[in-house]
Amino acid sequence: MPDVKAEKKIDIRGLICPYTFIKAKLAVESMHVGETLEILLDNAEASNSIPKSMEDLGHAVMNVEKVNEREWVIFVRKEKE
Amino acid sequence: MDFTDDQLQRYSRHIILPEVGGKGQAKIASAKVIIIGAGGLGCPVGFYLTAAGVGTIALVDNDDVEMSNLQRQIAHSVHSIGMPKVESAKKTFSALNPDVTIVPLRTRLTKDNIIGVISEYDIVVDGSDNFPTRYLVNDACVMAGKPLVSGAILRFEGQVTTIIPGQGHCYRCLFEVPPPPGLVPSCQEAGVLGVLPGVIGGLQATEVLKLILGKGMPLMGDLLIYDALKTTFRKVKVPKNPSCPVCSDNPVITELVDYNEGYCSLQ
Repeated sequence: MPDVKAEKKIDIRGLICPYTFIKAKLAVESMHVGETLEILLDNAEASNSIPKSMEDLGHAVMNVEKVNEREWVIFVRKEKE
Repeated sequence: MDFTDDQLQRYSRHIILPEVGGKGQAKIASAKVIIIGAGGLGCPVGFYLTAAGVGTIALVDNDDVEMSNLQRQIAHSVHSIGMPKVESAKKTFSALNPDVTIVPLRTRLTKDNIIGVISEYDIVVDGSDNFPTRYLVNDACVMAGKPLVSGAILRFEGQVTTIIPGQGHCYRCLFEVPPPPGLVPSCQEAGVLGVLPGVIGGLQATEVLKLILGKGMPLMGDLLIYDALKTTFRKVKVPKNPSCPVCSDNPVITELVDYNEGYCSLQ
């Protein structure tokens, strides 16, 4: 895994779609351009859909890693307001 | 804006939209809108703006709910017959979304009170059913510089336009003076398809949300005409009239006018 430093971290384990994405989107909105968000989640569908949705919004997905049987960590860098 | 879990769920389909997001929803929550008329148009406009989470919604109407209103005025019910329309609508809207502050104003707008009444609000919605009020609201919005989303319905046809004083046309650029009372359909002639205000009110509520969000193109410089029988929408260009009696650089109307006599409204 590349060494990515995150300015903000959220834990959205236990949430289901679309609230997984909504929490991630609101977190990105509250950050500055160039900052990175680290998202910890346990919803398999969201591990696919959040990176895609973030890219659709114009942000950069730095890394998606399955950290154990049921959990993922996603790093997203905010690219625009 | 920090959303509660309930608000995250309630507004989730807004927050997902790139054009809204959390910031747009916060703008909606801090907006103050005043709706003139709690009847056919005011009911759907108020209903949808309440659902959308507009922070403060004032309703102006001096009438009580009657059985003949219920064919189209969807905020009222058999349980609210005889009650002031603004109180009936407040009860319905508050049950839909307790986040929203509903301000019931049971009064008739006149040239003496309208500027004070609209001064506290960001956007004015006209859902009135008569020409004296329509012209009074237009002139007051032009003089006070308030954006106005105007709607009108009759039989199977409805109209919507958005007036941004100082930028686009106003109602008097379209029709300089009210029609003479004899040309306005009498109460016996003025039927309306009950669902029509739902279409027109829905369009007005959409215009309000676009203005709050600063997204899209408002119906400025255009009059949208809906024909329910033909199922057609026609957009007619309405240029700003350089010699408009109220919104031109040299207006001849500089004080508000009450046109009272001889009009019969469709209650």
